[in-house]
Amino acid sequence: MNKHLLSIHDVTAEDIVRILDTAESFREVGTRVIKKVPALRGRTVVNLFYENSTRTRISFELAAKRLSADVINFSTSGSSVSKGESLKDTALTLQAMGADAIVIRHSSSGSPLTLTKWVRGSVLNAGDGTHEHPTQALLDLYTMRERLGRLEELRVAIVGDVLHSRVARSLSFALVKMGAEVTLVGPPTLIPPDAPAWGVQVSYDIGSVLPKLDVCYMLRVQRERQRQQYFPSVREYARLFGLTRDRVGMLPEGSLIMHPGPMNRGVEIESDVADLPQSVIEAQVTNGIAIRMALLYLLLGGAGPHGGEGL
Amino acid sequence: MRGPGEDGGTTVSQRILLKGARVVDPAAGRDEVGDVLVRDGVVASGGSASGAMVLDCDGLVLAPGFVDIHTHVREPGREDKETVETGCRAAALGGFTAISPMANTDPVADNAAVIHEVRDLGARAGLCDVFPVGAITRRLGGEEMAEIGEMVEAGVRIFSDDGHSVPSARVLRNALTYARAFEGVVIAEHCEDASLIEGGQMHEGHHSYSLGLTGRPRESEEIVVARDLAVARLTGGRLHLCHLSSAGSVEMVRRAKAEGLRVTAEVTPHHLSFTDEDLLAYDTNFKVNPPLRAPEDREALRAGLADGKIDVVATDHAPHAVEEKEAEFDQAPPGTIGLETALAAVVTHLVEPGLLTLARAVESLSVSPARILGAGDHGGPIEPGRPANLVVFDPGAEWVVEPPFASKSRNSAFLGRRLRGRVVHTLYRGQVVVGDGKAQR
Repeated sequence: MNKHLLSIHDVTAEDIVRILDTAESFREVGTRVIKKVPALRGRTVVNLFYENSTRTRISFELAAKRLSADVINFSTSGSSVSKGESLKDTALTLQAMGADAIVIRHSSSGSPLTLTKWVRGSVLNAGDGTHEHPTQALLDLYTMRERLGRLEELRVAIVGDVLHSRVARSLSFALVKMGAEVTLVGPPTLIPPDAPAWGVQVSYDIGSVLPKLDVCYMLRVQRERQRQQYFPSVREYARLFGLTRDRVGMLPEGSLIMHPGPMNRGVEIESDVADLPQSVIEAQVTNGIAIRMALLYLLLGGAGPHGGEGL
Repeated sequence: MRGPGEDGGTTVSQRILLKGARVVDPAAGRDEVGDVLVRDGVVASGGSASGAMVLDCDGLVLAPGFVDIHTHVREPGREDKETVETGCRAAALGGFTAISPMANTDPVADNAAVIHEVRDLGARAGLCDVFPVGAITRRLGGEEMAEIGEMVEAGVRIFSDDGHSVPSARVLRNALTYARAFEGVVIAEHCEDASLIEGGQMHEGHHSYSLGLTGRPRESEEIVVARDLAVARLTGGRLHLCHLSSAGSVEMVRRAKAEGLRVTAEVTPHHLSFTDEDLLAYDTNFKVNPPLRAPEDREALRAGLADGKIDVVATDHAPHAVEEKEAEFDQAPPGTIGLETALAAVVTHLVEPGLLTLARAVESLSVSPARILGAGDHGGPIEPGRPANLVVFDPGAEWVVEPPFASKSRNSAFLGRRLRGRVVHTLYRGQVVVGDGKAQR
């Protein structure tokens, strides 16, 4: 594997299997009374968050702590960043403090790659602008494999604002890499025009897609997009593309409903749909910790989950 | 009215013999090996060369000095990025004997006072002629016409709100019409539709979608080119289109010229050299407006320059501070410096591959821009009595682009590139301002 995880393009299908298998062995740690292994004892992981994201930051923080790493959280509020320090100066400071890994979340696409020019440690992309969110894609793959037993030939629809979604990008690339069949669904204004080049299908009609799915993956739709006139109203969006009770009935038996969170209940997903048994949204969150443990472990080359031998 | 640079000229009687150069002088239809004698700042008509300083030009090309009609020098306002003097020095090193600083300074060059200030700073530097561009609208606001007549009296020939298109077709119509009162005055447009490029960071296409960067589609340029050509037809005005980037724009210019509209167009060395593929590592030095486009656009620009649909190579030299460019991609300002690499880019990407003759290269870097600018002392012909604004370059010399630059900034898209074609000497009004590739002051 590469030293960094910036994009799904950085990993091969074999890497992905290895990451999911490693996460599998770490998942058990989370069920223990003492949820901790010494794999990264003495290593320093910095969470560098330029964008608010409580769930991703906490997930990375827990993952690093369960591996016994020292964790520093560096967020925009109250840090030098809000006083106008540049990304470069912040990076050099963290470098001088001996960070072994930097987990970065940033609203500007490409900033994780830019960061690698200034630090010696590993860089993990925790979401950059409208570019990628590879750890989210990997935890989603983990959840699909765990529940459905395979990734190959899984039929997955990703529904919503694909154009502005780093989750949709990373997930599409990862699923295609693993041999799944992906369909992007949404209003044409929110589907990237070159989506066919990603190896995916495109549909503007959710009703025709649902009956053939193993996984229906709903994306968060920001109300701001309506103001930018990507669609006429939130009401019309929910009517045409929302996952309603009625639409859930069109899904085959045994299929999954997923969402990366945070949900806009009543927009892309009807409130009680999120709480149905086939919805695995909470499992996604739980699995996120195991995936991030696996990634930190593999990128930093720590000792094994049971202390010592490696995997 | 005093022409720029006249008070920076030499008073010492001085003779320089440029010996054995290949003289490429398109304005005289000349391309042959010969000697050129310079005496007291002007080209001499033969006569004795004994006692003259001899510059051996064997194997080198001698041409009229280059003229840049699209330069940003940041003074007044952002002297940390570039001053008129450092911009002029970069120009001289690039073989330019005249530049045209754009109006987007702080304060904006929308009045005669700023025009005089910039030109005087140029005269004081004495490294090349400085012909400031005036703003079309006050404070570049796009709404009220600036006092074009007063600036014409101050010597301005080119007016531009560069950085933005004039948003209103009515204001552009009035500017093109009003400017007809003044002989040779040109309205130069930056062509990008503001609503279609909102938030845009790069050319919209496969690469922008995979990099997660908001796009600036080629149609954002073509819409404005089409509108501006229509307004030029409506007014009979004299229109110049800055830094074209898309194949569609080149085709529209071809048709407009065939129709007889009074239109000229420019292309930058970076649009001739790079494509959107060069942005894959989020290198902010490739972030420029209009953006670097697809390979087929670059090919159309190269072909358009070769066959004369595009008249001029202009640098759009845009210096920015290191800390501004070493930033997140969407927060970095657009622009690349270009004065010191313009010739090499043209030689490497157009002359070497056989797309452009050396004569046509000199035409697009010197003769045509001098004509558009009305800079009669530049662009040749290299004939007795004319000011000795000359460049001598080695078309075969290979070099790697790296700091230090004479420019105060180092945001060059060409950093680390191996290029061919290097300026050896630049003579500005008979003075050797660059000798053996080095600035003389």
